[in-house]
Amino acid sequence: MRSEKIEGSTIRPRLATEALPIRILLILVTLIFLGLFLGLPLAAVFTQAFAAGSGPYFAALKDPNTVSAIKLTLLTAAVSVPLNVLFGLAAAWAIAKFEFWGKNLLLTLIDLPFAVSPVIAGMIFVLLLGKFSPLGGWLDAHQIKIIFAVPGIILATTFVTFPFVARELLPVMQAQGVEEEQAALVLGATGWQSFWRVTLPNIKWGLIYGVILCNARAMGEFGAVSVVSGKIMGQTNTLPLQVEAFNDDYNFVGAFAAASLLALLGLVTLVIKSFVEWRTARHEQ
Amino acid sequence: MAVSLAQPQTRSLPPRRILPGFGLSLGYTLLYLCLLVLIPLSTVFIRAGTLSHTQFWAIIDDPRTVAAFKLTFGASALAALVNAFFGLLVAWTLTRYSFPGRRVIDGLVDLPFALPTAVAGICLSAVYADNGWVGRVLAPHHIHVAYTQAGIFVALVFIGLPFVVRTVQPVLQDLETDVEEAAASLGATRGQIFARILLPTLFPAVLTGFTLAFARALGEYGSVIFISNNIPLRGEIVPKLIMDKLDQFDYAGAAAIAVIMLLASFALLLLINLLQWWSRKRLGMA
Repeated sequence: MRSEKIEGSTIRPRLATEALPIRILLILVTLIFLGLFLGLPLAAVFTQAFAAGSGPYFAALKDPNTVSAIKLTLLTAAVSVPLNVLFGLAAAWAIAKFEFWGKNLLLTLIDLPFAVSPVIAGMIFVLLLGKFSPLGGWLDAHQIKIIFAVPGIILATTFVTFPFVARELLPVMQAQGVEEEQAALVLGATGWQSFWRVTLPNIKWGLIYGVILCNARAMGEFGAVSVVSGKIMGQTNTLPLQVEAFNDDYNFVGAFAAASLLALLGLVTLVIKSFVEWRTARHEQ
Repeated sequence: MAVSLAQPQTRSLPPRRILPGFGLSLGYTLLYLCLLVLIPLSTVFIRAGTLSHTQFWAIIDDPRTVAAFKLTFGASALAALVNAFFGLLVAWTLTRYSFPGRRVIDGLVDLPFALPTAVAGICLSAVYADNGWVGRVLAPHHIHVAYTQAGIFVALVFIGLPFVVRTVQPVLQDLETDVEEAAASLGATRGQIFARILLPTLFPAVLTGFTLAFARALGEYGSVIFISNNIPLRGEIVPKLIMDKLDQFDYAGAAAIAVIMLLASFALLLLINLLQWWSRKRLGMA
């Protein structure tokens, strides 16, 4: 849909556009602005990572602390993302397919984690489950470690990525309506059969879109994880925290090597995101 | 005709009892929401509630807290303002003009959404430090960006950049050019058309984008702490101050400041919802 509009703009009558010098000037200002704020920082991560050549770069990636940070980051995403997919499916199903009182309030509450500062997102779990809270005291007495340990990191990550899947699925499910599922049920399908065979194929691309955005944030979260992690190298440092740890140690090759992996994750996310958008737009036509 | 009649009918008769899973899905949604979001968030208010009125205001009125609030709100507002201006420009050139690399650049606008904040912070400080690509040019003119308040501003521009572009772009795409063409054929200049036709139509979207970017900037932590000097009273943002209080186990102090931040965030969330409703209404009428 988007591409069609833009291609149309090239044959726009001259009346509704600016003079050529103004167009060139505006495009140049756009490119300079985006170059200063997006292009240069992105280029910097890779040039800095390879500043001392590829040997030190790959050595930094094989650093045991980096390897352990990569593992923890993958583990965190592997728990948080499925949890939020399950929630996203349930929330989108309830909100899109049924009418009930308080729907708008529920929608606002689902958006709430987006409005909360990452530091506060981590802090609430320290207040709830940390040593000095009633619940934390009980956990401590039973030797269950959540805060300053891996479960806390997963909890905080799940909180900050909470709305992603639900937000992306909702409009897709709403656009779908209820007729197809009703037809399946009338023809004798069970609820689960209609979900797997009718609903899921219809929302597939919306789900993929939500999952990759959720995953990118889960792997890249810094502030919230920073509060609940004890920042023990090799144990409770995720990849973004390891970037900070190396940076604080003036190990810039290590910091930028770790950062380059996360930048790559961001770029892959952008490519998949663009592909899904392109596919959805083509499908709508 | 039959179709247009059928539509309002299915709407007014919600098939509440036909599809299964309402109780299960809504129940699970509410349980998960309470356990993961509402109960944890309430702890901030409960913890701050244990403070007396004077204790609470002593924390908020502390010069270090006041300085952090001024810096955070000031830098966020300035960054959002710059994003409102340049975001409109970027949305305009990406939608209205065609030039080589436009598609790639359009995709790249979402980079701040996809790039982890710690990476953004470390890269921006590398580029804007006195020996960096941009810092090297500015340093001889005694302009220092990284490790000053200007660095905080740069980081907040980066993370807020997509918000204005992505709220203005769809409005601009759906905008028919016939009104502009009519105005042009009646003798209006391009400047008049922009001021009288385009700006009033795009204004709600720009304002929504500004508010989204501002709200995002207020809570930002990761990218800022890498490029700021983080010195209390001079380069310390509110999230960093909260972090410091948590590190010193001053949970009551952290909770008091967090309450103010949460209230500001909730107010902005409400404002954004109102703006989007206003924007839809305006466009629906036009």
